[in-house]
Order: sequence, then structure tokens, then C-alpha cells
Amino acid sequence: MCGGGVERRTHRWAIAVHGGAGVDPNLPPEKQEQAKQLLARCLHLGVAALRSDLAAVDVVELVVKELETDPFFNSGRGSALTRKGTVEMEASIMDGVRRRCGAVSGVTTVKNPISLARLVMDRSPHSYLAFHGAEEFARQQGVETVDNGYFITEDNVGMLKQAKEADSILFDYRVPLPAACSAAAAAAAGLDGGGVKMNGMPLSVYAPETVGCVVVDGLGRCAAATSTGGLMNKMEGRIGDSPLIGAGTYACEVCAVSCTGEGEAIIRSTLAREVAALMEYKGMSLREAVDYAVEERLDEGKAGLIAVSSSGDVAYGFNCVGMFRAYATEDGFYHVGIWD
Amino acid sequence: MCGGNVIVERGWAIAVHGGAGVDPELPPERQEQAKQVLRRCLQLGSSALRAGGAAIDTDPTFNSGRGSALTSKGTVEMEASIMDGPRRRCGAVSGLTTVKNPISLARLVMDRSPHSYLAFDGAEEFAREQGVEVVENDYFITEENVGMLKLAKEANTILFDYRVPLAETCSKAAAAAAAEDGGGLQMMNGLPLSVYAQETVGCVVVDSQGRCAAATSTGGLMNKKSGRIGDSPIIGAGTYACGACAVSCTGEGEAILRGTLARDVAALMEYKGLSLQEAVDFVIKERLDEGMAGLIAVSGTGDVAYGFNCTGMFRGCASSDGFLDVGIWN
Repeated sequence: MCGGGVERRTHRWAIAVHGGAGVDPNLPPEKQEQAKQLLARCLHLGVAALRSDLAAVDVVELVVKELETDPFFNSGRGSALTRKGTVEMEASIMDGVRRRCGAVSGVTTVKNPISLARLVMDRSPHSYLAFHGAEEFARQQGVETVDNGYFITEDNVGMLKQAKEADSILFDYRVPLPAACSAAAAAAAGLDGGGVKMNGMPLSVYAPETVGCVVVDGLGRCAAATSTGGLMNKMEGRIGDSPLIGAGTYACEVCAVSCTGEGEAIIRSTLAREVAALMEYKGMSLREAVDYAVEERLDEGKAGLIAVSSSGDVAYGFNCVGMFRAYATEDGFYHVGIWD
Repeated sequence: MCGGNVIVERGWAIAVHGGAGVDPELPPERQEQAKQVLRRCLQLGSSALRAGGAAIDTDPTFNSGRGSALTSKGTVEMEASIMDGPRRRCGAVSGLTTVKNPISLARLVMDRSPHSYLAFDGAEEFAREQGVEVVENDYFITEENVGMLKLAKEANTILFDYRVPLAETCSKAAAAAAAEDGGGLQMMNGLPLSVYAQETVGCVVVDSQGRCAAATSTGGLMNKKSGRIGDSPIIGAGTYACGACAVSCTGEGEAILRGTLARDVAALMEYKGLSLQEAVDFVIKERLDEGMAGLIAVSGTGDVAYGFNCTGMFRGCASSDGFLDVGIWN
């Protein structure tokens, strides 16, 4: 039974977080442990907020801020680097109540991109601001800004170097053209004996994109938030799925979804919206919708997602090697994991 | 038949739009001018389709670049997206300031870049790498739009992307509407229709092999903040194509985005078994809430349809059975 709170809770709350899909199977055990602890910590932050009756949209922002601030995952501090060695971050947030949304791309100095996305939603006349326009808005709003160097970690400088070496065939895992296809096959065979790749990069150098959080609160309101530094070694100006409503993030009256993985695959399959559409138009349960979306909509693409429903269900799914995730429900279900 | 449900086996079909939300006072000669442009685009596309061209290539050359709406700084920032139904490949660009043909750059992003969506400096850099035609930003600026921007700034202490309104903007909008013309003012994106510049042009095609493709291009919202991205470059919102259909939308960006309008037409066909027209009607009626928008669509079986819930949408349709129609109003 729910504890106190001004309004009587009518629904069971649930929360899920993720730290990216496509994990190096050789990730050292201590790093795996570090990841799980961070996920657990952020999850508990969200749970405490839910128990204090904070609204879903506020909870997802709070949790993603925490994930951005910790350098472990690819967002905010610790973001993947562009091919020029800089950081360009993007994020989006969606409030299931009335499907309001806000997004930012090309953010280079804002400490917490998800909070800027929130301000775009609440205090700008638009839904999506990018690059110098987003930075300008940030200054108008007086959000905390830092030098771009703040977001760059030694780890990622090293990863970028490796990615450049590994990666004459970097691609957003688009449906491959014949040339790219054979080059990819050759490279895969050459580089690591046909090892697993994500976005054209061996998993050992791939920085799993994105962090995210989905929540349904005690009043049945759903919200989703996603934030990322994007693809390691990406072109400047490259926009992925994370700031795109319907692709990386979606929330409505029935559910909230946050995705991670190969950007192009998520964009072309409108993955986040898909889960909701399957529930709304095909009458599927959350679990069925998540499975269908991951199994049927991605084609050769690799991705994962977390989702909650307004009735308090939580689900996740991924078709790649590993996804950092955790979830908790008011009923007492609790899970932290990386692998299948 | 435009707006109808006639299935043409193995027939091609094409629809184009020049934006939704039209000033009901638009002078007749301007209306005729618009219809001629639409007709010409349809004819260009139809010729290509008749000759067996692939849907993805059949995009009449829109010069939506020149005459684009201006940002609050008086500059032009264009964006576009394209999607190829057969394997749902896509490409998009935003924040273009010198590229003469934004939709062609979106196509190059799809075909020749390692990514799906490039924006601002990165997109401009890519354009130079690809050797596309570039011009000075003022090439795109027309005297007319400079005047419109001025009017928009005057009219527009309450410009908003027609977001689900906060109480404050709501009452301000009501007050402004009442003040300006006795409450009869029609608005789009917070601007009176008399100053609103239709966002966006778009094209959807199904070729004789049943392959669908969609393309959408825009200068965006008059008096927008620099850096503002609308629905046109967002796959699933302003543009979508798959095996079932191809869709291009226009209107209030936020409404189209939160309604994932283009994707929903296809999802209704795929998951609820609706026909193209039924799906279009449902989406316009149910997915927009207070938002104003329109769209054009074709199905993989040769249907063509359009819908809009605002005052007017420049559009035209043609199909292989000889049908051709252009229109503005209901």
C-alpha cells in the first residue's frame, strides 16, 4: 500500500533506467559491477522520488540528470566523441500527459542536456532546438554551462583513437549497400575474426549510446527521457535517434519508452512510437508490444528499449549483445542486469 | 480519384503539397499561381512515373529553398527529409543556410553518408564534400518574406509552435484573437493566417512496381528562433514511407511531432487494417488534438489521399488512370 502523499495514489508506480545497448562481452567484471551500482543508485533516486509523489516527468528528468552527470555512461560527462574529438550531446523528454515534448541536439556546453530539453518543452515556443540556437536558449535560460572539455574523459579519447583505427567502414548500421556490405564483411573477418559489431564498430571500441528513464507515477502518468553523446567518431552535426520523438523517446497515455542502439535502425523503425502503437492499435500488452517491436521492426538493426505502461507494467527488450538496465515496481519487483 | 478509395492495380500515383493553413483572403491570382505550380510539379512527376521511374527518384524539383520563411534574425534555415519505402531507408537535414536544394542533400545523407540525419555546420560541411550547388543565404530571402517577418514580429507577442497551451498563452491568444478582429481571427502556429507563411512542400509517390517514397522540405516557421527544428526532417512525424504507404505532412510542427502523424497513417493500415483514406481521416481527426495540420499520402496499391483540419492546403494528385486534380480549399 502506498505511503503518504497529498493526492491519493490511484495507480502503481514503476520505473526503468538504461545505460545503453551493445555491450562488450569482454567488459571487465569490475566495470560491470560499477555499471550495475550506478544503475541501482539512479533507480533508487527515482524510486524515492516516486514515493514522495513527484510527477513522472520530473522523475525522469531527475534520474537522467544523474546518469548524465556520472561519467560512466555515454551521455553528458563521458559522452562519446565526434571525429574531431569534441562532444555534441542531444536529449529529449516527453510527458505522456498531453504528449508534450522537448528536445535538443548539438549541445556543447550545457551540463545537463536533458534539463535543457525540459526547458525547451516548458519555456520555449518550440519543441526542438539545436546547435547554436540551443546554446543561445541555454544562456537565455541561465542554465549551468561549462567548457566542452568538461565532458571529455580520458577513456573516451582512447576509445576515439581505437575507433578511428578500427573504423574505415563506420556506418550508422544503415540497410547496407552492396559496397559497404562487402567491405563490412571483409573488415569483420579481418579485424577480429568475425566478432560482433554495433554501428559498424567492434563491441570492444563501441561506446553504448545513450541513457534513459521511463516512469509511470502513482497517478498513472507516464513519461520518458533519453540523453546521449551519440556515436563514437561521428561526423559533426550527426543527429541520432535520442532526440527524435517517436524514435528514441515516446510517452503517451498508455506507456513510455526510451530506446538505445543503432540510431538509423531506431529512426527508420520509429521504435518508441511503435510500442505504443501496437498497444493502441493492435491491443497488445506492454510485454507483447516490446517483444514485437524488437523482433519485427528492426530488420538487421541492433537496439534495445525500456518501457512502462500506465497500468504499472515494466518491460525491456534488446536484440544485441547486452543492455545496461534496471527496473523497479511498487509491487516490489527489482532487477539490475546487463546480459540476456 | 483524389481523396477517394479507388484501387488501381499496378498503377502509379503521386501527390504534392505546398503547405497547409492558407489565408482565406488570398487573392485569386495568387491562388491560380499556386495551382499552376502544383500542376507543373504533378506533370513533371507523372512523366517520370509514366516512363517507369522509381518512386524515390520521382521528386519534382521544388524550389522551396527560395522564399523560405525567415528566422527571427531574418535569415533562412532550411530542413528536409526523404524516405524510401522498400527498405525504409531515410535521410534528413536541418539548419541548411546555403544549399540550393535541401531535399537533394537529404538524399545524399541517405545514400552517401554513414548517418541518417545531419544538421547545421555538419550538414553544410557534408554539402561541400559532396559538391552540391551552394549559394549565399540571401538568395533564399524574398522581399515578400522580409515584409511578412515584420508583420509576424508585430502580430506575434504570443508566437508558439501550437504547443498544448499553458494557461498563460491560452488567455493571451484568446485576448489577441478577440482584440484584432472581433474574435473571428483564424490562427496557425499562433500567427494570423494573413501573415502565416505556409510551411513546407512535400511529395509522395507510388510507382508502377508498388514502391512508395516520401519527401518533405521546408524553411520552417516564420519568426522562428534560429536553431528551431520542426516536423519536416523528423522521420515518423513529417515524413514516412514503408511498404504500405508514403506520407508527407504540413502544418503546426509540434502537433505533427507529438502526433507522430506520418507514421500513424501507416501504423493504422498495418495494425488496424484501415484503408489509406480511413487511416488519413483517423489521423487528422484523432491524433492532432487542438493542432492544425494536413497531409498527403499514397498506398502501395496505388491509392492516393489527403486530409487537413485547417483552412486550406495547397495540394494536387495524379494517377496512372489519367486522374489529375489540384486544390486549395475543402
